Amino acid sequence: MIRLNVNGKPRDVDVADDTPLLWTLRDVLNMTGTKFGCGQGLCGACTIHIDGQPARSCITPVSAAGGKRITTIEAVGATAAGKKIQAAWLALDVPQCGYCQSGQIMSAAALLAATPKPSDSDIDTAMAGNLCRCGTYPRIRAAIKKAAGVTDTGA
Amino acid sequence: MRRRDFLKVSASAAVGGGLLLGFGLPVRSEVRDTLTTNAPFAPNAFLRIDRAGKVIFVSPLIEMGQGTYTSLPMLIAEELEVDVDKVAVEHAPADDKVYANPLIGIQMTGASTAIRAMYVPLRRAGATARVMLVAAAAQRWKVDPATCRAENGVVVHAATGRRLGYGALVDAAAKLPVPEKVALKEPAAFRLVGKAHRRLDTSGKVNGSARFGIDTRLPGMKFAVLAQSPVFGGKLASIDEAKAKAVPGVTQVVRLDDAVAVVANHTWAAKQGLAAAAPQWDAGPNAKVSMTDIVGQLARAAEKPGAVARNDGDAARAIAGAAKRIDAVYEQPFLAHATMEPMNCTVHLTTDGCDIWVGTQVPGLTQAAVMKLTGLKREQVRIHNHLLGGGFGRRLEFDGTVRAVQIAQHVRGPVQVIWPREEDIQHDMYRPYYYDRVTAGVDAQGKAVAWSHRITGASIVARYIPASIKNGVDPDAVESSANLPYGFPDIHVDWVRQEPPSGIQTTWWRGVGVTRGTFVVESFVDELAASAKHDPLAYRIAFLDKNPRARAVLQLAAERSGWGKPLPAGQGRGIALCTGFGSFIGQVVQVSVGKDGAVSPVHVWCAVDCGLQVNPDTIRAQMESGIIFGLSAALFGEITIKDGRVEQTNFGDYRVLRISEAPRIDVHLVNSTEAPGGIGEPGTSCVMPALTNAIFAATGRRIRKLPVGDQARAA
Repeated sequence: MIRLNVNGKPRDVDVADDTPLLWTLRDVLNMTGTKFGCGQGLCGACTIHIDGQPARSCITPVSAAGGKRITTIEAVGATAAGKKIQAAWLALDVPQCGYCQSGQIMSAAALLAATPKPSDSDIDTAMAGNLCRCGTYPRIRAAIKKAAGVTDTGA
Repeated sequence: MRRRDFLKVSASAAVGGGLLLGFGLPVRSEVRDTLTTNAPFAPNAFLRIDRAGKVIFVSPLIEMGQGTYTSLPMLIAEELEVDVDKVAVEHAPADDKVYANPLIGIQMTGASTAIRAMYVPLRRAGATARVMLVAAAAQRWKVDPATCRAENGVVVHAATGRRLGYGALVDAAAKLPVPEKVALKEPAAFRLVGKAHRRLDTSGKVNGSARFGIDTRLPGMKFAVLAQSPVFGGKLASIDEAKAKAVPGVTQVVRLDDAVAVVANHTWAAKQGLAAAAPQWDAGPNAKVSMTDIVGQLARAAEKPGAVARNDGDAARAIAGAAKRIDAVYEQPFLAHATMEPMNCTVHLTTDGCDIWVGTQVPGLTQAAVMKLTGLKREQVRIHNHLLGGGFGRRLEFDGTVRAVQIAQHVRGPVQVIWPREEDIQHDMYRPYYYDRVTAGVDAQGKAVAWSHRITGASIVARYIPASIKNGVDPDAVESSANLPYGFPDIHVDWVRQEPPSGIQTTWWRGVGVTRGTFVVESFVDELAASAKHDPLAYRIAFLDKNPRARAVLQLAAERSGWGKPLPAGQGRGIALCTGFGSFIGQVVQVSVGKDGAVSPVHVWCAVDCGLQVNPDTIRAQMESGIIFGLSAALFGEITIKDGRVEQTNFGDYRVLRISEAPRIDVHLVNSTEAPGGIGEPGTSCVMPALTNAIFAATGRRIRKLPVGDQARAA
């Protein structure tokens, strides 16, 4: 039994130490907002925060998260950066199919928390690991700038 | 149900009583301007209004990112006079008659048909309901219905100021006869349609509450991870079942003829169990199949004449007599769909029924496949559709559901079957490999006098909708080639069917025939312009005098791009035209090619004339989407086969565009009162040749085989 701190609540889970957080969240805790995309940290759909830092939950074992604060898409709106990012996503209608967007928002919220006025280059660096097959990239870029209050030059 | 019987009153309806409206949808002749098929139309049931006035739209089409869960409610709300933001959308149950897509004839979301198919029927649905609600109010007030009007979910009698909400009127309205005819608004009177509207499905997609098929959770549900024979057509030889079962959490191993699934309490345990099981396979007859075999078969097949799709004049003779002959071969690879939501399906099979939780573009076909597999009756197979985490044609197939039911036949209780990404890539049903030979004869000024095009490849239509094969021609395979937009004097187009080795399945992929044909036509026209040393835009325009909408979008895209203005060294602009799905798209791509041959699309200008617009912001979004999707494919997309198995495994070797690689995109919409066209796919179709034409402009290197890969490096 491992005790996790998920969105501010203690959760005891009975899984092997090497079980990725992704499957622990989705299959054991029934928190399905965090998505499975590739299983190898290649697509970013499973991004969560561990102590505020973005992490790929599909390659992060539960044993690495004991005693740390896990934040998922279900609660990121309670953080200042997450709330701004979600509002900007709504204002610009970023999502299409929406499947990758939990991960996109978690990466963007972590970026905004660490870098309140991100440059295009900062956005590229923070977001390049989050794939989107619907091609929402132009709106993701614009929404991050909107949330940050940075002028979007359309570049 | 006869058309007169549409109206049903059901006190026990799921919506808590009230008005349950089924609608007599218009007969073909009423929408002939947007129809391309004559499939039969059946009575339908799209709309429910409860006693609280809540409007529920039962959507016959599924949301997969394309915005139909906003644009379709807009059509209803426009005529029903309600607040579209308060319309609740429900996925329709499986029913190939009641919920048939009128352009296709079965319940299908695809082929960029949503607005073309539903533009009139859903407005009629809304208008019919409104007329009945107004009549119910007028009856109660004992006034002439003509003195009443509907606004924002309320019927108003202006003279006396009386008002009744729709919810208070549903019981009375349900007893009234359904009007045979209702007047629809003129587009000039639209208050909603044609104005950008925020999507109705965004909030769930930003807070994690949106439910995709993979998010199904049921009491007692098990999780199964699947492995299929890596060699197409191979069989399961052996597995170490004891080792699999030794993994904590693993409950069961299911052996199928050509696949194995490990069932567990959670997906990770199932995955670990599958690794421990170390399945061994008999490769079977395809053990040595490689791309050389597959492409060699296509090239040989392309030597012989095929079924004639178009024959204007005598192209062969005109080419023989022309001042110059130009030949080219184009090749387009197998492509995977790689939807972000990997293939998955949840099944609960019992002795008296089967419940399926899945995201599908074809609920009716999926239901029929499960009936065939299980022997259950239609009413025993319940398809619970979900939001799709990407479709792109992958979910026009039901192979994943069939697999899941095969596994569920061995499992007690509900089971969710997940394909690891590697299975999703290696056992996709692929966009076919195409091999195109094109020849033109040009006059002394380089102007085309004749055009001859032979298309060779697999036929999806022959497997999926064989009745659509006419005179031996697959209409999808020759799309945008047989009906190319340019007015060349003599044209010959033929098609040769050549399937890949058995076991390699092919299917629809965003843009299907239009994507395939547009790449070839727009590349070769560009070659002719280059050969004539003409401007690629001017060369095209000269053959578009009978196609004003096509001409206009090309000119608009060119104008916005600064066409003709000088660019820095290593950069180039390419242009392309796409006419398909009832829409006209012109695009210019500006590309930068580094000294190392690295290709970076810098900027894309996209002009769209899709006729009357329903939600302009969705049109923009679909163009952005199609462009990024097409660039991924054109730059990187390629499934290759070696020793009978797919070489690619995951996003590391099946690359898709990243945000850091995405160009700036400017979309320009052309105002039009023409019939609405499709917008989900043509953005993808257009960008591929625009990109490769830009690479030619930048480097002088003509890309005749996709993907681009490192071909610009050899320049």
